Amino acid sequence: MTREDPFGVVLFESVSHALRAEKISKAENIPCKLIPVPRQLSSDCGVCLRFSVVHRERVERALSGQLDFYEIVLL
Amino acid sequence: MEAVYLDNAATSFPKPGATLEAMVRYQREIGGSPGRSGHRLSIDAGRIVHETREALARLFNVDDPLRIVFTKNATEALNIALIGLLKPGDHVITTGLEHNSVMRPLRFLASHGVELSVIPTSDRGELDPDDMSAAFRVNTRAVVMTHASNVTGTIMPLKEVGALTRDRENVVLCVDAAQTAGALPVDVAAMGVDLLAFTGHKSLFGPQGTGGLYIRKGLEHGIAPFMRGGTGSRSEFEEQPEFMPDKYECGTPNTIGLAGLGAGAAYILEKGVDAVRAKELTLTRRFLNRLQEFGGDVALYGPAEAEKRISLISFNLRDITPSDAALFLDEQWNIMCRPGLHCAPAAHRTIGTFPQGTVRFSFGFFNTEDHVDLAAEALRSLLQG
Repeated sequence: MTREDPFGVVLFESVSHALRAEKISKAENIPCKLIPVPRQLSSDCGVCLRFSVVHRERVERALSGQLDFYEIVLL
Repeated sequence: MEAVYLDNAATSFPKPGATLEAMVRYQREIGGSPGRSGHRLSIDAGRIVHETREALARLFNVDDPLRIVFTKNATEALNIALIGLLKPGDHVITTGLEHNSVMRPLRFLASHGVELSVIPTSDRGELDPDDMSAAFRVNTRAVVMTHASNVTGTIMPLKEVGALTRDRENVVLCVDAAQTAGALPVDVAAMGVDLLAFTGHKSLFGPQGTGGLYIRKGLEHGIAPFMRGGTGSRSEFEEQPEFMPDKYECGTPNTIGLAGLGAGAAYILEKGVDAVRAKELTLTRRFLNRLQEFGGDVALYGPAEAEKRISLISFNLRDITPSDAALFLDEQWNIMCRPGLHCAPAAHRTIGTFPQGTVRFSFGFFNTEDHVDLAAEALRSLLQG
């Protein structure tokens, strides 16, 4: 995954949730990375989970029922 | 001469090398503030804190690690639970064996309109669950009790009490696991525990200044935090977040301590709680056997059988005061133990040793049979004085 690929991010309530989501996604072998929340989405000081858009459904499936998250945003 | 440390119930010593290495590694190579910035070193710090949460969740059979809140010790965890949960008009049940970390918050609450029942135990510290069953009232909100006494060593019938609280809607079981987390199997699901307070620096092999509280899903809505502040989340709002664990974790955490605690918990997971228990049971059994050599010169408190105890043993020697005995053992034999009341006057009243207290030897995973034998030899020399 390079920065130029179309990507999406999952937004969470807190960094603890984001870290747990990273673990769950990596356990499913979904390439992802924790990054600061892009400015246009929130002014919060938190992090979000970035993934390539091709993995969108896998991310959603992996997290559903495991963890609360606000939303998935495609950028 | 090397010190023989028999005060593991106060704090464990030594710690596994992994505990110290994790702390040094965090401070040398990472150093960031967890959850406070988006950069790599902050995320790495957050990862350390999260991995500690995961290790503890595995150890206590908690399905979601975010149900665990970090505190500075078990006392803070118990205060969050008790002060946050109990309201004037509520009734709370506890036992006659409790440490002041439970007793003092409860006495405070009792002076502010909470009804308190203290269920007596036998003079060996054994609780009859039927006595507790009879104490429930319509307004009973919680049962608060230790998993094992820090004075008598008695392991409490948690499973039986858990069955009583689970049968009653709205009754919460809050357990003080300061002496047992890491030393005995703790399964919050199987035991029916709703709130579990633990310390990091005893049998979990973390450093002092670490501890935590497990809160069963949904229960946080009825427990007000007593601190509010920055959490690194929801920064655009001036109100405290309501979600776990941020609701109760504000201000920069003790990341270096939690790094050590995570390594300590991982060490126990690797060895297995059962192996830790087996080792400590062997030492306890050996010391109980050695005490028999002294016949009537030793008054032993707590259950006679090692299986009913954690690895601590309280006793008195003839007319020798506990403090004199401890000073002799320290100065003449390099043996570190703890005399007195052990912050648990209620327990000492129960066993009839208030106010003079007892001598307490508490063995840990790093003690050896040689330590036990040396301790017995030292007691012999003291009695022959």
